Amino acid sequence: MTSLERQIDQPDTSSPSEAGGVAMVLWQTLLGIAVLFAWQGASGRLVDNFFISNPIDVGRRLFEWTRDGSIFIHLWATIYATMAGFIIGSVLGGALGIWLGVSPFVSRLLNPYLNALNALPKVALAPLFVLWFGLGIESKIALAAALVLFLVFLNTFAGVRQVDQDLIDIARLMKATRMQVITKVIVPSAMSWMFAGLRVSVPYALIGAVIGEMVASNKGLGYLVQFSGAQFDTAGVFAVLIVIALLAVALNFLVDAVQNHLEQWRFTSR
Amino acid sequence: MIEISQVCKTFRRREAVVEALRDFNLTIHQREIVAVIGPSGCGKSTLLNMIAGIYPPSKGQILYKGTRVSDLNTDVGYMTQKDNLLPWRSVRDNIAFPLELAGMARSERDDHAEKIIKAVGLDGFQTRFPNELSGGMRKRVSLARMIVYGAETALLDEPFAALDAQLKLAMHGLLLQLAAENKQTVIFVTHDLMEAVTLADRVIVCTRRPAMIALEQKISLARPRDVLNVRFTNQFKEHYDALWDRLRIEYQEEKV
Repeated sequence: MTSLERQIDQPDTSSPSEAGGVAMVLWQTLLGIAVLFAWQGASGRLVDNFFISNPIDVGRRLFEWTRDGSIFIHLWATIYATMAGFIIGSVLGGALGIWLGVSPFVSRLLNPYLNALNALPKVALAPLFVLWFGLGIESKIALAAALVLFLVFLNTFAGVRQVDQDLIDIARLMKATRMQVITKVIVPSAMSWMFAGLRVSVPYALIGAVIGEMVASNKGLGYLVQFSGAQFDTAGVFAVLIVIALLAVALNFLVDAVQNHLEQWRFTSR
Repeated sequence: MIEISQVCKTFRRREAVVEALRDFNLTIHQREIVAVIGPSGCGKSTLLNMIAGIYPPSKGQILYKGTRVSDLNTDVGYMTQKDNLLPWRSVRDNIAFPLELAGMARSERDDHAEKIIKAVGLDGFQTRFPNELSGGMRKRVSLARMIVYGAETALLDEPFAALDAQLKLAMHGLLLQLAAENKQTVIFVTHDLMEAVTLADRVIVCTRRPAMIALEQKISLARPRDVLNVRFTNQFKEHYDALWDRLRIEYQEEKV
């Protein structure tokens, strides 16, 4: 459990010298242990065990779920919905952003409607997606995709509008077709904006998947946290929250790795 | 070949109205090399932008080979004042860009680019990116890209401004050689009267903004010219002095 604290803090301490080195990691670990002891101590004495459970019970619950393998079924369902939603949402959002970015008329036409859709809390669409796509994983994917779509769309759109008009003119002067202008000038120009959109949307894909599972499902971490809560199983709720947090951290690592790889590609080849 | 008649250009940005060009008349013949010279910000770049069709004149018209320029003019190669290189492309890929647009195979366009890279003295920098280059090098990449495009008319906006004196001479030689080889028409904007007289068949002196033609002078120096030594001839000096007398007035007025 102390290793958990360390992992959560890891993005900040990825270069230990900046965060204060080995000593800081030690202090962070000590803080984690202290919090766990305080939690264990307070539980049942200062606060009713019903409300905050205690680290030992939570650990035991995690151990049981791991041993019988049930947590992996839920974990995989959530990962699958997150990934699929992320991919679908970013492809659609990117395509929409590029299309509207290069079509001033259409973008002006759709502007008020897109603003309204964007202002709408997308999680409110969950019941609609359940009606459309059923109780299965499809409705979770749809919700994750809807959240991702708007973030990627807005970033891509902004990136495309930001493209230097002089570069477009110079390409067109050299007989670039409209398609060539898009693929060889506009998209590469907007790439860093698109990456930024993709980056921020990863946690939202997870949010979409988890909320989708909470609304109506029989699988996934969202379902499990909802189910545990309904059973008044506080230890179970905490255990799932820890798994979700770990998943979020893992996804962030993945995004960092992919981004580094892509940026490298961007600056070394082509 | 290029007929600029009664061209006016006025820019409006909110309250500010800037008149860049007024009643500009100029005819440029095929294979002619024309230098346009005048005080900074007088509207010289505006003239090139309109010949390239980036925006239309407010009044008057520009005919290119008898056809009115109403959209981007793809018969011209345009080396803009800003280098306008694609930052995510290497020097080689920037220079080969027009060939790539034309659908030429990779190996073939790299061969073409390679020759020009050597000619503009950028050998060894093929795989560098624009942000790794000095201003003068970026200018040369931009020049090389225009040369590769190989249009029948070349528009150059202060092409040699950021170069040191020696390199400038080398580029002058290259420009004259290529223009002769490819039978190009060349219009270039410059601040450097020496450069204008060295290269051009005709020098156009512009007034301060709004730009009008203050003086137009044919340069009767024989071709091919030796860019290194032509400036030491008497003929050169006569042209230079006559143009400078007129140009000086524009610069003096600017100070007042």
